[in-house]
Amino acid sequence: MATISTPLRIGVASWLVPMRAAAVTIAGLGVLFFLIALDLALGDFDIPLSDVVATLFGGGDPASEFIVMELRLPQTLVAVLVGVALGLSGALTQTFARNPLASPDILGILEGAAFGAVAVIVLTGSSGYGGGLVTGTLQEIGVPLAAFIGAMATAALLYVLSWRRGIDGQRLVLIGIGLGATLTALTSWLLVRARIQDAASAQVWLNGSLTSRGWEHALPLLGTLAVLVPVSLLLVHALNAMQLGDDSARGLGVKLQVTQLLTLVAAVGLVSVAVSAVGPLEFVAFVVPQVALRLTGGSRPPMLASMVLGACLVVGADLVTRVVLPFALPAGLVTAAIGAPYLIYLLIRTNRKVSA
Amino acid sequence: MTTTAPGISAPPRTTPLRRGSLRGTALLVALLVLAAAVSMAVGARNIPLSTVIDVLFNPDGSEASTIVHELRLPRTVLALAVGVALGVAGALMQGHTRNPLAEPGLLGVSAGAAFAVVVGIFAFGVTDLSGYAWFSLAGAGLAAIVVFAIGSTRGGPNPVSLVLAGAAVTALLNALTQSIVLRDWETLDDYRFWVVGSASGRSIDVFWQVLPFLLAGMLLAAISAPGLNLLQLGDDVAASLGMHPMRHKVMGVAAVMLLAGAATAACGPIVFVGLVVPHVARYFAGVDYRWIVPYAAMLGGLLVVLADVIGRVVVRPGELQVGIVMALIGGPIFIVLVRRTKMVRI
Repeated sequence: MATISTPLRIGVASWLVPMRAAAVTIAGLGVLFFLIALDLALGDFDIPLSDVVATLFGGGDPASEFIVMELRLPQTLVAVLVGVALGLSGALTQTFARNPLASPDILGILEGAAFGAVAVIVLTGSSGYGGGLVTGTLQEIGVPLAAFIGAMATAALLYVLSWRRGIDGQRLVLIGIGLGATLTALTSWLLVRARIQDAASAQVWLNGSLTSRGWEHALPLLGTLAVLVPVSLLLVHALNAMQLGDDSARGLGVKLQVTQLLTLVAAVGLVSVAVSAVGPLEFVAFVVPQVALRLTGGSRPPMLASMVLGACLVVGADLVTRVVLPFALPAGLVTAAIGAPYLIYLLIRTNRKVSA
Repeated sequence: MTTTAPGISAPPRTTPLRRGSLRGTALLVALLVLAAAVSMAVGARNIPLSTVIDVLFNPDGSEASTIVHELRLPRTVLALAVGVALGVAGALMQGHTRNPLAEPGLLGVSAGAAFAVVVGIFAFGVTDLSGYAWFSLAGAGLAAIVVFAIGSTRGGPNPVSLVLAGAAVTALLNALTQSIVLRDWETLDDYRFWVVGSASGRSIDVFWQVLPFLLAGMLLAAISAPGLNLLQLGDDVAASLGMHPMRHKVMGVAAVMLLAGAATAACGPIVFVGLVVPHVARYFAGVDYRWIVPYAAMLGGLLVVLADVIGRVVVRPGELQVGIVMALIGGPIFIVLVRRTKMVRI
């Protein structure tokens, strides 16, 4: 890799600025604002961009105020926050395990959330066709909370099972895969036994959906991000050192176990809140850090760029789902349909360069 | 690409304690025969073992004979074949990508097969399992070729790119599959039973249908396995030792495509075999791929046959699909293995 950092000095203070990463992040922010504006303006009833801006600053007419502030803004905000959370959590786990395959979807956490949610959908018949097998407590919990509990419980189990005089990245990932496969099997068993109506409704949740998400979904996300984003950014130095191997990191003064625990708690917290809000948007946490890495050309997935690009991808998916497609499709499918070809394009371009 | 698999940066530090041996092979073969016998004897209807053996060699048209020949024999043979194929495919896949997390499903094989089957059900009204098999063979093959093309440089397939390309193609195909399934409940109803992976309800014709592909895959696997030992040292070292890395990798990936594609065609996507079995094989057979590959074949067969038997027994009179059992047993065993031992690193 070429040199990617430029020293910057202001008075006595000096620090290294990774120029290419900074450029990608700023460009990404530009794209993100453009997408947010479009997402707020377009829909069943198009509102001119100038009116959107006016409404946001409190000066629009009541009709567009209702549409923008009550209907579209919460959903767009949820899309942004989910994208940030998933992008960041993918960057954290991939850096931690030093393996591009180690995204949260592979650590069994999304599978835990899926099992929780599908159990509630299938066992309580909460798809609205009535006649659930279990009512009462399980129904009270509801799908989002069940997903959250499923994700957190799986993460706790993962940590306990992986602990053996410390956490080793490879052991963590392998155990995560074991947990994930077991939970997926339980989920498919529920789906095979369910009535077809419940199975169909579970399938919709399993693909991730942004439709009619409101403030009640946005606020938990906002609170979690407010805590975990600073924590993650503080970890960057220690994570950089850990790229050199555990022993070198210790030698450089990194408190290995504290860093590992914090990284995992941050990654798991971000994914759990995101999945309970919109269901598993499977591909985002995996692809976004890899795309960000290829754009910035660093040695590990960049945190800031991953957050911004994650938000771009999910808001873009929301836009495509609501505006472009003639029929309703879960946002999770759209993120995959946008993200996958882009990753493929990047791979082909990189491979050409390598072989040329 | 500098975020590499752990295995690439960390070469094996400890010398493995165990190695493959003829004695171990004999033991595994014996266990395999035993498992197959149990699979023939156990089922919803109790048939004495003596009767099973009797009608197996002298079909007399009785009810017991029909059950043994039409139901139990095909599913035993299929479970065995699929297990062997997936075990070998997994070992080759992990060896070629040098990534301990690689499994055949990552090459887009399962996703390609699933998409083709859903298209078959939705657009062509295919309903029988042998019809599914043709669609899933075609889908698996096409997806794997696309992944291979994307993940290759002029110097041959690049391990990390290959895995990423597989994940990308899988995600794309899953999106297409889901968008069909979500719009059509009838297709979903057929699809949800196919996608868990099952050896039951298939006639022996399905086995003959996929056999040529399995044999071709096994042949390629046998030719390319010894070369994997050299390839673990890296392409440059292997080339300087007189090997042709590119040719070997093309052969290895082709073998994975054929084996995993045929297995998926026969029984639907059975996850986990290709991932877990090579780790277990490495635990018993050490680092030599000339032992790992045959061990993975036998362990794979053993695992799938046993999972199929267990699925028949646990929820009587109903049945648990082999794919589900596989993950429910394989998952915890795998976790215990990972915890207890210092896994032989790739």
